[in-house]
Amino acid sequence: MELLKTLQELNACFGPSGEEKEIRECIRRIAPGRIDEVRVDALGNLILRRKGSGPKVLFAAHMDSIGLIVTHIEKEGFLRFGNIGGLVAENILHATVRFKNGVRGTIVPDQSADRTKLSLNDLYVDIGAESEQQASSLIRIGDTAVYDAPANLAGGRIISPYLDNRISCIALLWAMEQIGESANDLYFVFTVQEEPGLRGAKPAAFEIDPDYGIVCDVTPAGDQPGSKHYGSSSLGGGAAIKVMDTSVICHPDMVDRLRALAEAGSIPYQNDVIVRGGTDAGPIHTTRGGVQTGGISVPCRYIHTPQEMADAEDVTHCASLMAAFAMSRLPARS
Amino acid sequence: MIELIKELCAVPGVSSFEDEIRARIEREIRPHASDVRTDAVGNLIAFKRGAKRADHPLMITAHMDEVGFIVKKIDDKGFVRFAPVGGIDRRTVIGKKVLIGKHRIPGAIGLRAYHLVSAKEEKIVPDIADMYIDIGAADQKQAQSLVSIGDEIVFDSDFVEFGDGMIKAKALDDRIGCAAMIHLIQKELPIDCAFVFTAQEETGARGAFGATFSIRPRIALVLEGTTAADVPSVKGHRRVTCAGEGPVLGVMDRGAIYDRDLFERLRHLADNRGIPWQTKRFIAGGTDAQAIQTTAGGVQVAAISVPVRYIHTSSSVASIRDCHHMVELAEAFIHSVAEDPGAKSE
Repeated sequence: MELLKTLQELNACFGPSGEEKEIRECIRRIAPGRIDEVRVDALGNLILRRKGSGPKVLFAAHMDSIGLIVTHIEKEGFLRFGNIGGLVAENILHATVRFKNGVRGTIVPDQSADRTKLSLNDLYVDIGAESEQQASSLIRIGDTAVYDAPANLAGGRIISPYLDNRISCIALLWAMEQIGESANDLYFVFTVQEEPGLRGAKPAAFEIDPDYGIVCDVTPAGDQPGSKHYGSSSLGGGAAIKVMDTSVICHPDMVDRLRALAEAGSIPYQNDVIVRGGTDAGPIHTTRGGVQTGGISVPCRYIHTPQEMADAEDVTHCASLMAAFAMSRLPARS
Repeated sequence: MIELIKELCAVPGVSSFEDEIRARIEREIRPHASDVRTDAVGNLIAFKRGAKRADHPLMITAHMDEVGFIVKKIDDKGFVRFAPVGGIDRRTVIGKKVLIGKHRIPGAIGLRAYHLVSAKEEKIVPDIADMYIDIGAADQKQAQSLVSIGDEIVFDSDFVEFGDGMIKAKALDDRIGCAAMIHLIQKELPIDCAFVFTAQEETGARGAFGATFSIRPRIALVLEGTTAADVPSVKGHRRVTCAGEGPVLGVMDRGAIYDRDLFERLRHLADNRGIPWQTKRFIAGGTDAQAIQTTAGGVQVAAISVPVRYIHTSSSVASIRDCHHMVELAEAFIHSVAEDPGAKSE
C-alpha cells in the first residue's frame, strides 16, 4: 500500500465528522490482512475484527475530518458557516473548500472585519453564486464542506490536508498488513466524530469491551519556529509513544510495554506529552471498568490547517510498533 | 395543548428538584402508558406498546427540569444569597419575583439602593454573588425559619397568551416538549415507544444518560426548546432561530452532530406535510442528544425544537404555531420509524 497514492485516495473521500460514509466505505474496501468480522455501529464506527483466543485489543484511528457546516445563506448568495471540530479563522483564510456534491468555494473575510481579531463569524464562503436563490439551488443549510487541497511529497515528508487523521488510518492499515501470528483477539476500529469531542470511540469501546486499547492519531509536534512546546515530539523522531494528553494519562504499564517493544524491534520512538488536545484514548480508557490504553502517534505540524506536514518514516515506525503490539504476548485481564 | 403548557409551566422543577413536576406529568400519562417508573436520577420513564413490537423501543425525550437558583447563604440581616442552577444571564434576574423551597416562600431579587451606586458601577452588570433575595424577614432567625441553605429557587411568573399567537411564561424550555410528549402518548402508536421526561438537562444533560443506558434504544428523538434571536438589532446570520417560522430540526450544536439520515428524514417529512422548519444559523447550545448519542453502544439521534425568545429567563416567549407543528412532525416521525427504522448499524 503506497503512501501518497493511498493518502490521495483517502483524501478524495468526503468525511467530515458525522458524515463518514464515503471514507468508511473506502477503508473497508482497501483494508488488508485477515479480517474475520466486519461491523458498522449506530454512530458509523467501522469495526474490523481478526479473531483470536487471547486478550481483546482495540486499535483505534479516527477517520473523520474537521470541516465546516452552512448555517445561513445571505441574500447575495454568500454562505455563513459554523465549525465542525477545531477551525481557527486565521488558518483558513482563502482556503478552497468542496461540498459533498462537488460545489467549490473560497473562504473570505468580511471587508469590514478587524483582521487582527477575526472569528469564524466574520468569514463566509463564496461559491460564485449571484443570489440567494442560485446559492440555494446548489447548497442547503446544514450541508458541510471540507478543504480542497492537494497532497504532495516534500523530500521525506508529506504536505497534505487531513493528515489528521488519514495518516494514522494509513499507519493502522499498514500495521494490519504486517501482522503475522497472533493469539490476541484484535479489533481495528476506524472511529467517527473524534474531532467535535471524542464521541465515536466511546460506544465502540463499550460494545467491544477490550482488555487493551491502542489509539493512533497525529500529535502536535513542538519543532517549528516559535514553538510554545505544547507538544514534545519532532518530525522524523520516530513513533511517538503517548505518555499524556488532555484526555488521558496512559497507564505506565502500557507506556513501558510499547517502549520495550520498540527497543526489541529497533523501532525508533520518542516520548509524547501534549498539554493541548485530547484523543480517543480518553473515552476508551474510562469505558466500563476501565481499559489499559496507550497511544502511538504520528508527529504533525500545522494541524487543522489546509496543509499539514508529517514525516513518512514516522508513519512506517508507528505501523511497525502497532503490529508489534498486536503480535505481543499480553497478560490476561487481571 | 396550550392549556397543558400553561399548567406545566406553573409547576416548579429546578434541576434535581423535579418531584413536583414529575408528579404532575405522571398524573397525565399514567392512564395511557403500559408501564411508568422513576429511575435513580429522577427521570420519569413511560413505556407504551405500539402496533409493532420493537426489540429496541423508539425513545422520545423532553427534559422536565428548568433553570433556577439555589440558596447559598442566609446573611445576618435575613437576606438570602444564591447561586444559579443552569445557564442564566445575570442581566435578566434583577428585580424578578421568585419562590423559595417547598413552601414557596415569596421573594424579590434585589440590589444595593440606586442612590448609592457610583457612575462607574452603574455601567457594570453586578455578579449574582452581589445580589440577594429579599424575603421580607425581620432578621436572620426569622429568615432561617422560612428557608434553608440548599433550597431551590424558581422564577414566579405568570402565563400569558398575547399578540399574534404567542405565549409567555417561565420554563417554556422545555415544558413545551413535555406537553408534546403527553399529547403523543395519548395516541395509538404504530411502534413501541419509551417516553422519557428527563431530569437535570439544564446542568449538563446529566439525567438522559442513565435513562438511555437502561432503555437501550437504537433511535432517539429529542423534543426541546431552543434559543431564538429574531429580536431588534440582531440581523442575518446572527438570528440563530426565529419564533413562528417553524420547529428547528437538529443538524449540529455544541453537544452533538445529529444523525444525518434522521435529519434528512425530518426535513423530508416536514416538506411533504407543508410544515415549516428551520435550522440553527449558529452552532451553539446543546440538548440531551449529546448524552444519549454516545451511551452504551451508541444511538442515532434526532431533535425537533421550538424557538424560544429570552430563553432561561422568567419571561420566555414562543409561538403557538411552532408548538403544534412540533407535535405534528414528531408524530409523523414516529410513523416513519415504524415503517422503516433505517438503522445505520449492520
